[in-house]
Amino acid sequence: MAQVSLRKIVKEYEGGVQAVKGIDLDIADHEFVVLVGPSGCGKSTTLRMIAGLEEISSGEIDIGGAVVNDVPPRDRDIAMVFQNYALYPHMSVYDNMAFGLMLRKFDKAEIRRRVENAAKILDIGMLLDRKPKALSGGQRQRVAMGRAIVRDPKVFLFDEPLSNLDAKLRVQMRTEIKKVHQTVRTTTIYVTHDQVEAMTLADRVVVMNHGVIEQVGPPQELYHHPRTRFVAGFIGSPAMNFIPARLEARGDNLVLLLPLGTELAVPEHRAERYRTHVGKQVTFGIRPEHLTDTQHISKQHVALLTLTPEVIEPMGMETLAHIKLEGTEICARLDPMVEAAPGVPLALAADMNNMHLIDDATGLVI
Amino acid sequence: MSAAAHPSGRPSDAVPGLGRRIGSLRSERRWALWTAYISLIIAAIVMLAPPLYMLLTSMKTSAEVADLSGNPWMVHAPTWENYAAIIGNPMFRGFFYNSIILTVCVVAITMVISVFAAFALARMKFFGSQVLATGVFLTYLVPDTLLFIPLYQIVGGLGLLNSIWGLVLVYPTLTVPFCTWIMIGYFASIPKELDEAALIDGANWMQMLTKIFIPVALPGIIAATIFAFTVSWAAFVYPTAFITRPDEMPLTIGVVSQLIRGDTFAWGQLMAGALIAALPPVIVYAFLMDYYIAGLTAGATKG
Ligand SMILES: Nc1ncnc2c1ncn2[C@@H]1O[C@H](COP(=O)(O)OP(=O)(O)OP(=O)(O)O)[C@@H](O)[C@H]1O
Ligand SMILES: [Mg+2]
Repeated sequence: MAQVSLRKIVKEYEGGVQAVKGIDLDIADHEFVVLVGPSGCGKSTTLRMIAGLEEISSGEIDIGGAVVNDVPPRDRDIAMVFQNYALYPHMSVYDNMAFGLMLRKFDKAEIRRRVENAAKILDIGMLLDRKPKALSGGQRQRVAMGRAIVRDPKVFLFDEPLSNLDAKLRVQMRTEIKKVHQTVRTTTIYVTHDQVEAMTLADRVVVMNHGVIEQVGPPQELYHHPRTRFVAGFIGSPAMNFIPARLEARGDNLVLLLPLGTELAVPEHRAERYRTHVGKQVTFGIRPEHLTDTQHISKQHVALLTLTPEVIEPMGMETLAHIKLEGTEICARLDPMVEAAPGVPLALAADMNNMHLIDDATGLVI
Repeated sequence: MSAAAHPSGRPSDAVPGLGRRIGSLRSERRWALWTAYISLIIAAIVMLAPPLYMLLTSMKTSAEVADLSGNPWMVHAPTWENYAAIIGNPMFRGFFYNSIILTVCVVAITMVISVFAAFALARMKFFGSQVLATGVFLTYLVPDTLLFIPLYQIVGGLGLLNSIWGLVLVYPTLTVPFCTWIMIGYFASIPKELDEAALIDGANWMQMLTKIFIPVALPGIIAATIFAFTVSWAAFVYPTAFITRPDEMPLTIGVVSQLIRGDTFAWGQLMAGALIAALPPVIVYAFLMDYYIAGLTAGATKG
């Protein structure tokens, strides 16, 4: 087990495509870090550079205190789980898991002990004699994880290990991966484009976009204090509502002036923070759960609005209302008991304590 | 070597009373089946007539072969004497032995070269590997009837004329390109992640080849082996050109050169010899047919 450091990592593919543009990241021992971002943002490339499957154009990668830039994958002491599992089709499950140990000349008894231990952790003891083609997707995924576990490496690397599974199994395996990590505590770097997976698994989430890191932090921090508009919009489902607005002063207080003239009061304790942007074009961000029916909201710092939903989506534990607010599509989260119907005006409360304000010029959250 | 493979399965079970559309579908299907069967039967007859005629001729005495009055497809006094004469002939046994040595060596050399070459061309991206892969295939397109003259010079220069070892050297020029091509297709169809997993698991190139690529591509290897076997067992042009001493001849030319004296054809023995010569390929195909078909069709879907 080990910590991993990336220092100014750059990957330029031939043809001049910069897939990764200078990443700095320190991962602590035992930590579970998730790289998340939209397709093509350079997550896999970063992971593959850590694995040694892709050459590093510039920068340094350090695993367990040693720079590994020129160390081949087999000597980096890492294990990787691939999206398509990459099980050896001609070998039994047992041999698939034992292969790495056999190549490293472990003795038979030790191999057996480790494989059986991993099989127990993953609950695949009864599958050891089967060939991969006789396994279901979830079972294959477990075997792929087993292959990583038996090696007892310094670092686990996962590249979208759950995207080939159906939705239900994905949730189940997600829990499984978390359980495994709590048992073996190996430093883990996990790549996904699914922000829910990122939030649920990670000690820390790394949000990437266009080859750079937008923000690094624990899930809750990213959720409540996004640093950029990209992170604010990427983390959370349904996504945060973004409404164009102008910040105006009304005496000592600030208000947000929406395109058609609605004014929303900014809580006074935020006034100091926002004052420099008075008169500027900004984006007002608010999560759907902070734009809700009037029943359960504290009376302080709420802006009351009466709006007409266009679509109502009952989800069971909540109801989503899609509404047009001054020309922008927004989404509100309602208590399922609230009577709401399309075309019927509805009283809503925006919890301004949880508002976000984004500087349109820089894309940064103020 | 019959072509009597079934088309697809049997027609689906009839579902009564499902209306005209399905009825017409079924009749269309029946029509397709009939066409398939009829053309297959014609093909089978065309393909099987010569070997059958060989078999009949091999069971006739020379006198009966020479007698043109009867129906040539009938054998009046079947006899095994042609077979006995051939098998009893030490020269013929020598040809057989030469063919076996030759073929075993050629197949071994071919498979070693083409598996390594294909692995390198499919996986190790090096400068010019694409061009080289295409070049390998192009060499296959040059026919042996064109190559035997320059090759005669080379083999002669090496002092290997009139020796099966000269043929062992030359036959791989027929087999290696095509076998390499088949194997490139196979290796290229193995997902990249499999190498990467093996690489991370600690395999070097050699272990990756022997422990992952060869076992996974086994059907392809078997298909390539059968191809190399067939080509070197049946090669005719090169031994005709390079071998004149009977004790170094393989079967293909040995039978012809020894059983045709001037314009005297020992038809019965010729046919018996040819049929015995055809036996090893038939046996090999019979055992490996399933692999061979699986191999060829799997290769067919790869571009
Ligand atoms: N071998 C390559 N040659 C050239 N460009 C490449 C290569 N591999 C990836 N890229 C480019 O690098 C960028 C990052 O790719 P990468 O695979 O890291 O994305 P990703 O974040 O993993 O996306 P996804 O979620 O779709 O897997 C992409 O723009 C991609 O087109
Ligand atoms: Mg990827």
